[in-house]
Amino acid sequence: MNLKEAQQKINEIKIQQMQVDEKDLDMWNDYQKQIETIQKETVLTPWDHVELVRRPDRPKAQDYIDLLFDEFVELHGDRKSLDDPAMLCGLGSFHGMPVTILAQSKGKTVEENLKQHFGMPQPEGYRKALRLAKQAEKFNRPIITFVDTPGAYPGKEAEEKGQAQAIADCLYTFSSLKTPVVCFVLSEGGSGGALALSVADKIFMLEYAVYSILSPEGFASILWKDGSRAKEACDVMKLTSKDLLEKKVIDGIVSEPFGGAASNLQSVVERMDVMLRDALQDLTQMKISTLVERRYEKFRHLGDGSWKMLR
Amino acid sequence: MDSLFKERKSRLDIFHQWRKKAKPKSKEIPDHVFMSCTHCHTSVAMMDLVSNHYVCPKCHHPFKISARERIRQLIDENTFKETNAKMISIDPDDFPGYKEKLERLQKQTGMNEAIITGTGKIGGFSCVIGVMDSNFFMGSMSAAVGEKITRAIELATKKKLPLILCCTSGGARMQEGILSLVQMAKTSAAMKKHSEMGLLSIIVLTHPTTGGVSASFAMLGDIILSEPYALVGFAGKRVIEDTIHEKLPDNFQTAEFVLEKGFIDRIVPREKMKEELERLLSFHCKRSIS
Repeated sequence: MNLKEAQQKINEIKIQQMQVDEKDLDMWNDYQKQIETIQKETVLTPWDHVELVRRPDRPKAQDYIDLLFDEFVELHGDRKSLDDPAMLCGLGSFHGMPVTILAQSKGKTVEENLKQHFGMPQPEGYRKALRLAKQAEKFNRPIITFVDTPGAYPGKEAEEKGQAQAIADCLYTFSSLKTPVVCFVLSEGGSGGALALSVADKIFMLEYAVYSILSPEGFASILWKDGSRAKEACDVMKLTSKDLLEKKVIDGIVSEPFGGAASNLQSVVERMDVMLRDALQDLTQMKISTLVERRYEKFRHLGDGSWKMLR
Repeated sequence: MDSLFKERKSRLDIFHQWRKKAKPKSKEIPDHVFMSCTHCHTSVAMMDLVSNHYVCPKCHHPFKISARERIRQLIDENTFKETNAKMISIDPDDFPGYKEKLERLQKQTGMNEAIITGTGKIGGFSCVIGVMDSNFFMGSMSAAVGEKITRAIELATKKKLPLILCCTSGGARMQEGILSLVQMAKTSAAMKKHSEMGLLSIIVLTHPTTGGVSASFAMLGDIILSEPYALVGFAGKRVIEDTIHEKLPDNFQTAEFVLEKGFIDRIVPREKMKEELERLLSFHCKRSIS
């Protein structure tokens, strides 16, 4: 059963369940059991993951920030030319600890999304993140990043203003930043645009999120010259949280309820809260030089199993 | 009657022989003697091309050259020592058709991966050099390529040598997925360590440098040079046109364009590249007033 069919069936059972008399607990439990078995038996294909995280009701970075932090003060602009709304940055307080938040932000309405280029940052967005990352380093504030982008914005101006240079600069600077960095991949992480914010000491990923070399459409278009074969591409791309944990690209998975974070955001945020607290407690106690060296070593050994020496 | 037929046959035989002779001969000039310039379509004699550093004598457009040829052009004779030559990609995910393509390319190009790294001298100055080759998988960055680059950078850091990286790449290698993407972070981090030691890195951009390579080490040199007319950019032209629904100008994402926008230091013709590198290296070796 795929996700769509399962959800349809569950909805049908739920309607029946609602019509059950309140006193008839056995009957109600029976329906509940049916729902649970369907949820257990449904295996999500990689394409299901992609479709799920692209749903309009999928929570955005702003939702997580609102629930995860006691306070949030947004800071704007790259101090050079522009303020990119696709990159939401600012100061937050996590259980009383001041942190710097850098988030790729998708909009909730079409208007917002047009302004934010559907979460695709421009070079100015990366430069804003970079500016505030350096500020965080200055004030010894841990950095929390949220990745949610199909990729960096492929526009004419973005190229003119050095998209490649802006991303490269992020990778370069974050690799030796003298403050802890924790990253959450929320929904979609595509290409260098996502990688720019995920050079972190700890990378967590929501269970249904996808993180890949390129969007499935772009991948199919490059490899097979046919963007419409995205679904097929997903089967070979290894882009789910489980695949990435196996490859040690991420450090942990934030489990989600059936149907994704949208169906119970609070429970997901609670899990994130615990993971973030543990990670920060661990990382802030570390000597800075050890922290930076460990971050380097972590990325240094990624891909070790993909090559060998001929004799 | 019989003699009539014989006479006719002998005449026909002569005719057939004549026809055989008249058949056009096979090509007298093999393909590799003349090359056609991809830009101005002039036929250039191979000998002229070789003596002209593989640059079209008419329109000065550089031809595509292999990594070995570039090393021959840049490094002093008999000083190049290759490192990690035997590193090859394996295909841990069994991506359909990937292994076969790797094997085919290895046979075709005589290379093990899309980059050659090593140490050598340029005008007497020792340095670590890495040269990518677009004949091998469009110079795409596999985990093996990332590892070779990182090892080259780390070698330069350890031996306190300047680093020269000649880039040509279509970006990350799709078949290797996310582990190819993270090579961007790995190589950038190594560049940072090299830089923190106060060492010089020079990037030479050649046609084409795009995608993941342009968004990592290729933009992180102290000095970034480029060959003329090289394509330098992040997103593909077609992707941008599809996104913004307008035609892009012809010079978009060329070396001249990125120079104008302020992202590279200099455009250097291929025949002057060695001289230029020597000059730049010499600036970083002398310390006192003589």
